[in-house]
Amino acid sequence: MGAMDTGNMEGRWRDLDYLLLRQGNIVGPGFEPAPEIRDFLQDDFKVLVIGAGGLGCELLKDLALSGFGHIDVIDMDTIDVSNLNRQFLFRMHDVGKPKATVAAERVMKRVKGVTVIPHHCRIEEKPDEFYKDFHIIVLGLDSLEARSYINSVVCSFLEYDADGTLDMSTIKPMVDGGTEGFKGHARVILPGVTPCFHCTLWLFPPQTTFPLCTLAETPRSPAHCIEYAHLIQWGQERTSETFDADNPEHMKWMYEQALKRAEQFNISGVTYSLTQGVVKNIIPAIASTNAIIAASCSLEALKIATMCSSGMDNYMMYVGTQGVYTHTVSYEKDMSCIVCSLGVPVHADADSTLDQFMKQLIADDRFSGKLSKPSVSHLGENLYMAAPPILEEMTRENLSKSLVELLGEKGGTVNVNDKKLAGVLRVQVAFSDAASEPNAMDTAGAG
Amino acid sequence: MAQKKQKYDRQLRIWGEHGQEALENAKVCLLNCGPTGSEALKNLVLGGIGSFTIVDGKKVEPSDLGNNFLLDHDSLGSSRAKTATSLLQELNDTVDAQFVEESPEALLNSNPGFFGDFTLVIATQLTESALLKLDKICREHSVTLLVARSYGLAGLVRISTEEHTVIESKPDSAVEDLRFHCPWPALTEYAADFDIDTKDPLTHKHIPYGIILLKVTEEWKASHDGKLPANSKERAEFKEAIKARTNPLEEEENYKEALAAAFKVWSPPSISSELRTVLDDRAAETLDAKSPVFWILVAALNAFVKGEGAGELPLEGSIPDMTSFTESYVGLQRVYQEKALSDAAAVEGHVRRLLKKLGREPASISPPTVKHFCKNARNLRVLRYRPLAEEYGAVGNKKGELQSLLGSEDNSHAALYLLLRGADHFAATYNRFPGVFDSELEEDVSRLKAVAGGLLNEGGSGAALPDDYVTEVCRFGAGHQADHEAVCTTVGNVPLQRDGILIGCAKPLTIVDAPLFGETPRESKRNALNFMLGRKRNVACVSHENERDSLEMSDASLRSHLSEVFPGRRRD
Repeated sequence: MGAMDTGNMEGRWRDLDYLLLRQGNIVGPGFEPAPEIRDFLQDDFKVLVIGAGGLGCELLKDLALSGFGHIDVIDMDTIDVSNLNRQFLFRMHDVGKPKATVAAERVMKRVKGVTVIPHHCRIEEKPDEFYKDFHIIVLGLDSLEARSYINSVVCSFLEYDADGTLDMSTIKPMVDGGTEGFKGHARVILPGVTPCFHCTLWLFPPQTTFPLCTLAETPRSPAHCIEYAHLIQWGQERTSETFDADNPEHMKWMYEQALKRAEQFNISGVTYSLTQGVVKNIIPAIASTNAIIAASCSLEALKIATMCSSGMDNYMMYVGTQGVYTHTVSYEKDMSCIVCSLGVPVHADADSTLDQFMKQLIADDRFSGKLSKPSVSHLGENLYMAAPPILEEMTRENLSKSLVELLGEKGGTVNVNDKKLAGVLRVQVAFSDAASEPNAMDTAGAG
Repeated sequence: MAQKKQKYDRQLRIWGEHGQEALENAKVCLLNCGPTGSEALKNLVLGGIGSFTIVDGKKVEPSDLGNNFLLDHDSLGSSRAKTATSLLQELNDTVDAQFVEESPEALLNSNPGFFGDFTLVIATQLTESALLKLDKICREHSVTLLVARSYGLAGLVRISTEEHTVIESKPDSAVEDLRFHCPWPALTEYAADFDIDTKDPLTHKHIPYGIILLKVTEEWKASHDGKLPANSKERAEFKEAIKARTNPLEEEENYKEALAAAFKVWSPPSISSELRTVLDDRAAETLDAKSPVFWILVAALNAFVKGEGAGELPLEGSIPDMTSFTESYVGLQRVYQEKALSDAAAVEGHVRRLLKKLGREPASISPPTVKHFCKNARNLRVLRYRPLAEEYGAVGNKKGELQSLLGSEDNSHAALYLLLRGADHFAATYNRFPGVFDSELEEDVSRLKAVAGGLLNEGGSGAALPDDYVTEVCRFGAGHQADHEAVCTTVGNVPLQRDGILIGCAKPLTIVDAPLFGETPRESKRNALNFMLGRKRNVACVSHENERDSLEMSDASLRSHLSEVFPGRRRD
């Protein structure tokens, strides 16, 4: 038993092997049973788990026991006492340590042969190339922002041929899980094929906010009093400090101010727990929902990797509030999605210069706030690079060239990069005076 | 204590102190600690149950290390029960952890009384004959039985208990009971102090919408023989009457709210048919000295509805937020709260009277208990589950229903149900599960088909069973206790969801499924869930037939895409 011991004694993977070594009628496309599939899963396949929290812990366990041999996990958080009711890889004595590191250690200790590499950092700190290195990315996140970020990165890997056909080898599959109390969802995202997060942004409910005048003048609920302390009072009374929701003294102050205000207005119901809930926007969480959702995500990852069973198409909702209810929906891709589509259709004058065209893009409402100093490329060739200076100088002469000169008679797809964009923005240029519309519909088959 | 609160914070926000208390008093027995059982218990231990006892007679084998996180490499060859117990204990030291190194089947024969001591018995990977014995014992001792079976990529869960009652069912969206249609005197009096035609614009835009609706309703009734708006024309007129009061110079949120809430005047919440069934339940009509507190409370509630309530439930007492001055709102809130208190007091009167009549201590049900009951009265739940013997025996009688389900477009539930049960019958005949030997895989397909078909029809061929599923179940070769970890995680956890079972005050666990195995209409709570994770519809339930999606087309197109997506992803 040395460092190389994978623990793979005879019979260990018996049940997985039934799936990988036997043909079935309900399998994924091109599935050919073979022992090499498990070797591939254990030796070559690389999976990234984003988040080592409630879902993340479950995902790491499930993936390791589904036969995945190489797992990376990224999480910026440290362990808190309130994690322990569900994040089963952590113990009381781990409180304060990085989640990713502890989770990786525990899984490797328990499941022999698996390598789990932890990354204790923000997802934005990793270069895009880091994400390119994985065959599949599984998300166990609790914020829309983080999902949007990774979605943009993964969609920016997509490449389309000159005729608008998606290069299938540039697809990085994602499996996403989410839970809130007794509810949850699992979904499979094949960027460019199935809807990305941005295509279905409406799935995420808007956050509740209170009008400031209600908070300031006519509070009626405990939450109003808490938000007053949080959004107004802190800034007025503790001007030099930044509020930190994880600082117990800050939270206590918040609670006491809210309580005073509530008493002043005859409002009952302000508690420390409610104060925390409102200020930190706490989402209730229990172990079993996380387990169910993570299990579904892991199975989908296994199916994508091996095709041993047909996959989910493409969104499963789960509701355990009353009885058990699930429903799987095949959502549709937004053909003009600014993140994953072949390109956002933009009409331009064939004779306008690249400089004029870039100004037109900046002024376009659809990209408002997303572009400041864009760089533009076409079919892998840089048309204009805003930075570094040497490239800027080399490409500057293109600014005065006309679009028809740069893109040809029919226009085409240009990739726009900007510091303000998380990924690449694909713009499909059609000339206004040309008879044809942007060819989004012609290539709809790609979705 | 403070740390405990912090540790359980995220779950306390769901099921509250009562739920947590119920969980902490729970004594759970797990039969077989394969992945299904281990996963179920893991999440109960994390949540903080009182105690658990694992019954398992096996030793840790290599296959356990490919699917069970609660058994480790170092424990190879030692007791599964012992190993899982110690690894589970690590997760939460407040839980009392025990194990018995014996097979559940043997224990059932040697010491059936053993099972009577628990709150909940979770039986995993047991076959029909053992389950029948166990169910009988559990029912004799009023122990809830939870059956979980994982089988390859499929699984089945089932609850069995005589009766499960829920007070605090914590619905997602609370029903607003505001009584605009029939205000009580104190509410009318409170509203009388407001002038909705006041000339002061600031005051005008800060009248709570509840007051606006009460006033406009009052006026409407005065001019319509005391009747409420009865048709769409009248309702539109009613809304016009509200609009006419708005100040065109101001942005008046309260009037917008009044318009949006106007429907509450003519469609107040009624007593749901489900609640009506509870109120009319025989258990509340035939009380005796031993009747559970729940049914005495229900009887008192019924007496209130028929008496003081004049057809209405006791007022819940909370009101939604309304744009207004703090004082007006808080005052209105108080009026509702006071009415709720007086209604609860009236119910309490009935409770005392009933207790006295039954020869029980009139104060044995405390006022806070009654108050709590009244607050949740709208969402009371009673769940009753058939004994397993009835379900297993009834299939023959229900063959028509099963057959028609099998012939329907979505026959996966019926097929999987029959096949998973068929696999047990197969094992009883052949002394092994279908598909364990590669050499007999093909024969097993037709054998299983015949056995499962036989459940439908004596001597039947099983022709109605879809081949895809029969083949798939054989492919799983799931003769062992072991299975796929992720599937087991689901099977183990689905039943723990919203568990009226342990958290008596939270929502009930109504595992949904095939209505054909259901109860008489009066008790019709579907009580088994079978599902298959290998399919696009991961966990299948049939309770929402109307929402069925047409996935066949899109599935086909996804398949063709996927074959392009991963052309060279495997090593050759």
